[in-house]
Amino acid sequence: MGDDTIKIIVPVGSLGAGVRADEVRYGVQRGAHAIASDAGSTDSGAAYLALGISKNNREAVKRDLVILMEAQAEARIPLCIGSCGQAGGDAGLYWTRDIVVEVARELGIAPKIAVISSEQSKAVLKAKNAAGKIKPLPPLGPLADETIDACDHIVAAMGPEPYIAALKEGADIVLGGRTTDTAVLSCVALTNGAGAGPAWHAAKVAECGAQCTVYPTRGAGVLISIGKDAFRVEPLHPENRCDPTSVSAHMLYENANPFLLTEPGGTLDVTEAKYEAVDERTVEVTGSVWREAPYTMKLEGAAKGRYQTTMLIGIQDPAVLSRIDEFHDTMRAALYQRVRNTIGDAAGDFHISLRLYGWNAVSGDKPPPGTPPPREVGVLFVATADTQDMATRIAKACNPYFFHFPIEFDKELPSYGFAFSPADIERGPVYEFKLNHIVECDPLELARIEWVDLAKTETA
Amino acid sequence: MPTIKEVCRHVRSKNAGPFWVTIDVFFKDDETFAKYADSPGLNADAIGALYGVDASLVKRFPVPRLQMVKISYPRASAQGGEVERDMHCGQQFVRLLNVDLD
Repeated sequence: MGDDTIKIIVPVGSLGAGVRADEVRYGVQRGAHAIASDAGSTDSGAAYLALGISKNNREAVKRDLVILMEAQAEARIPLCIGSCGQAGGDAGLYWTRDIVVEVARELGIAPKIAVISSEQSKAVLKAKNAAGKIKPLPPLGPLADETIDACDHIVAAMGPEPYIAALKEGADIVLGGRTTDTAVLSCVALTNGAGAGPAWHAAKVAECGAQCTVYPTRGAGVLISIGKDAFRVEPLHPENRCDPTSVSAHMLYENANPFLLTEPGGTLDVTEAKYEAVDERTVEVTGSVWREAPYTMKLEGAAKGRYQTTMLIGIQDPAVLSRIDEFHDTMRAALYQRVRNTIGDAAGDFHISLRLYGWNAVSGDKPPPGTPPPREVGVLFVATADTQDMATRIAKACNPYFFHFPIEFDKELPSYGFAFSPADIERGPVYEFKLNHIVECDPLELARIEWVDLAKTETA
Repeated sequence: MPTIKEVCRHVRSKNAGPFWVTIDVFFKDDETFAKYADSPGLNADAIGALYGVDASLVKRFPVPRLQMVKISYPRASAQGGEVERDMHCGQQFVRLLNVDLD
């Protein structure tokens, strides 16, 4: 590793999770060339893209931005944040931009801010689809225009090129919509002469901050130093360390293939990578290979589905718990009958699910015969219907049965432990990802860069 | 014939995007990896049957360096659907623990 390595502070696995000022200071003292973090992913579900909201509270995101923007302004190094606002749609991007502008004013700094959107219009995507430029990834099939229309919001995951374009225009802060985690962490190295294999691999290792360290709960971030043929990674926290196992194992995390990572302009191949300890806290990696491929971006689209209303009871009665599977089956059949008797055809193609927390709610499977009964179970009732109103009417129709359904029909009716009153809770719609497709495009074609230059705005 | 939990130091599962699940099976050492990584209990047919998915879509990657096997398969329904029981698939490893290896 020569003196021309590019050092990137990755302060935290995701913006809002808790950046530490002392760690960022350490990275700056080590001569970092940039600070980079992602702010979300698809991981938390389709609701965040469909609704344009973050899973993080505004205060947590602002707190992290204060630390990072202060360091950016003092050290005069760029700050890049990808997948702003969780899902990286325009709503989340502009939500983040507004917090950044607020923080800049409070700190009395005037950065030049690039705001890069990757939210896609349905018309553009239909034209791409008609031209045969959209391809499915397994397990989904070819894309129908109706599926595009069904989505509430669609984003394309950007590569590093729009960030590099913004950095070349002099951006102090780059805020991106949906971006691959690796692209936002590698962009500064890629545009400053680092090797592509090491840059992408370093970014993959660092994408979850301290997760690639031996003690993932000690501190939040890591420093990656990227050269032509190798990269190094070390924790930002003084009492943590990386070792070859902690670093190599991270390629496994949340990744279906442990050797290959497909990115917008190619594939990272770490099959031949070598991981060696340089000292007690730093690992050097060589042998990472980048294979260029025709440019594609992955599409993510979220759609609102049907509506749900829930109820929750707790059951401790041993007579019920000793026959809990039988209880589940007979109650569920009785609830369906109750809805048919009271609401009839108007209920439409409704669905009722009873999930026995403490017994088999997670798997849905019946435990093997002879499994001892649990001490208590929570029964979550979930009604799904075409409208919220109908889901709630179904829940109300079921309420007395759900509350009192007996295991022995010739005895006094039991009463189970409702958690809330009113018992029914409207959960809103179900949100689902509808796209698992790639679109062939030029690197900048589906990204739009807007500028907020506070130096100009504040003096104007 | 040992079970997976008897010869592994760690087994974990996680969603890999909204449409895939990935399970990491870390064996105790090189010896147990060499002996059990190719067991029928961990092949595509067994995983397909255990998780109710098409065996032809199950992917399997032995990583000898880490004494582990990674197994990935498509979710039966996309993340967050009407009957979602494990949004991040973090509990899916459990049904693998008592699988017999030979």
